[in-house]
Amino acid sequence: MSELDSSIKNNQYQFYGLVVLRVLIGWHLLYEGISKLINPYWSSAAYLLDSKWIFSGLAKTIVSNPTLLTISDYANMYGLTLVGVSLLLGLFSRYGSIVGMGFVLSYYLFAPPLLGLEYGKPNEGSYLIVNKNLIEACALWVLYAFPTSQIIGLDRFFSNQEKN
Amino acid sequence: MSDTSKEQNNTNLERRDLLKGLATVPIAGVFLVNLWRKMSRDRAKKANLLSNLIQKKSAPAAIKSMANSRHLNIGIIGYGGRGSHLVRGAGFATKGWTDTVSENARKNKLDKQFETFMTQEDLNCSLIGVCDLFDVNAELGLNASQNDVRPGGKPKATATRYRHYKDLLADDDIDAVIIATPDHWHSRISIDAAKAGKHVYCEKGMTRTFDEAIDVYDAVKETGITFQLGHQNRQVEANEKAKEIIDQGLLGPINLVEIATNRNSPWGAWVWGIHPEGNEKTIDWDTFQEPSPNKIPFGEEALKRFFRWRCWYDYGTGLSGDLLSHDFDAINQMMDIGIPKYASSTGGVYFYKDGRDVPDVWNATFEYPDKDLTLLYSATLSSMNPRGNRIMGHDASMQMGGQSGGGSIHGFVVTADEQSTQYKERLESGMINPNYPIYTYSPGSKDIDGVTSATSRYFANKGLLYTYREGKRVDPTHLHIKDWLESIRDGSMPRCNIDVAFHEAVACAMATESYLTGRRIEWDPVNRKLI
Repeated sequence: MSELDSSIKNNQYQFYGLVVLRVLIGWHLLYEGISKLINPYWSSAAYLLDSKWIFSGLAKTIVSNPTLLTISDYANMYGLTLVGVSLLLGLFSRYGSIVGMGFVLSYYLFAPPLLGLEYGKPNEGSYLIVNKNLIEACALWVLYAFPTSQIIGLDRFFSNQEKN
Repeated sequence: MSDTSKEQNNTNLERRDLLKGLATVPIAGVFLVNLWRKMSRDRAKKANLLSNLIQKKSAPAAIKSMANSRHLNIGIIGYGGRGSHLVRGAGFATKGWTDTVSENARKNKLDKQFETFMTQEDLNCSLIGVCDLFDVNAELGLNASQNDVRPGGKPKATATRYRHYKDLLADDDIDAVIIATPDHWHSRISIDAAKAGKHVYCEKGMTRTFDEAIDVYDAVKETGITFQLGHQNRQVEANEKAKEIIDQGLLGPINLVEIATNRNSPWGAWVWGIHPEGNEKTIDWDTFQEPSPNKIPFGEEALKRFFRWRCWYDYGTGLSGDLLSHDFDAINQMMDIGIPKYASSTGGVYFYKDGRDVPDVWNATFEYPDKDLTLLYSATLSSMNPRGNRIMGHDASMQMGGQSGGGSIHGFVVTADEQSTQYKERLESGMINPNYPIYTYSPGSKDIDGVTSATSRYFANKGLLYTYREGKRVDPTHLHIKDWLESIRDGSMPRCNIDVAFHEAVACAMATESYLTGRRIEWDPVNRKLI
């Protein structure tokens, strides 16, 4: 399934709803990436140090190893930026969606708001098991399943499918 | 359809293709415009604050290699808890300690104690003399001098045990001594060491009484030895940064400084374990209590006093010399306040009614009329409330860390005062918000960031953010020992030299004297007397 169902293509509300979702998430991830790139003091260490649940051991391993921490920092800075560009411009957006989902889901898994887990970092909302990271990861899954960039986006120029 | 209209149609289709393909590019443009605006805004905000803040950027401390320097032989007098830490700072730890911390590091990758010790610079010295009145500690000291697990590898020489400090001072091979005995021995040993031509690193509080402080000061000045008092806060970068900010007048006129100690555990209140091997045979009790005003025979009470000496005025000065001294010295380091004109203090034994005579709740005020300044010290040993230290200026306040005894290690934040005169325009224009710090210092950070997120502020206060970033931590105690050894070699003044040490000693003695006599104490600088 790499193409959008024609019933959605032909339904403007459904189709443009998906495009808007893609552009908004693209915008968000692009700024997440760029804000880290332009901050010389940003490090994933702070987030990782506060990690709870099944990946807290992995988080500690990364923080205690300067090479792994550097890799983690660069992966986040450039990864998020590229995913953001991909979704915003509609360029290789299916890859962008799935990679972006991987990033956002990992943020959820490193610090999920499960019962009994408390975090030092203040929360901006109220969450029980489900938080915005989980929802954004799901939204990226939806974008992967319903690709729009071959119609609205630079992928259109690489696509041989019937255009509308 | 005619060819022309077909062509027309194709062109329309191509145009439609192009438009749809590039449809979101303008949104990327909007993004870039807003990114640029946000960045310029942040830059302006930073420039506005930092143009004032960073007039002087302190260069990182120059690392002088000690490998080709003159080798120094040191002796330790008092190898207890603090003594062993100081000797580790010089590069010598017991086998038991290195085994334990290397095992801890294996179990927990974030435990950097072992790595911190092993990556310490080799200070090109040997530990060749150990003196302790408790046999177990003396043996540990000897063990530390022999342990190969150290920065620099196998020690060049090992230590001899001396029963009495005078025998250690008589050893001509010893160049310098670290004194980490209880306070009631500090002055005698320091003076005798100075007279024997040995350089001295003395733990704080410098002396137990005011008269002793005068004697140590004179002895150090007369003999010209290199004297370092054990306030390792002098090596803490946060304190240097704080000084730069204060020196530039960014806090405005400062009339009140509040420093505090909050502890809430038996350990924090000096109720330490009595060593199972401590007895009349392993402890030289008579020598221990020789300089103290009140003498008691060896027994259960004596054992308690030997291992928990900080709880009695016979051997120390309680909160004054143990904890106030650190914070006083940190403020003296930042603000050059010197000796106060007046001191008064009150308090009592309110929580630990275990036979001690030093207060566990104690408040002292120091007046500096010529500097328009009051320094307030407030301490409790029965609450961990993280007050930290506060320097309160008319234009901004500086809040330093939470824990007692060098809280500033965890960084500090500066927040503008909403009624500030200096920042009035910027407050009105919204460039400065009195609810958010205008300046956050995080340990390990190379620069200062005026625009920090809530997350980084949180971690900055915990001192976590940059600890692992550079992959190396340094123990300020090691730096303080290093500073002392460097000064011995090149004849320069160490950071906590006798002049500033004397300020601490007199200020603490004044506060103690006030508590014991119930009077306000005045310092007479001309006759060097307390009135």
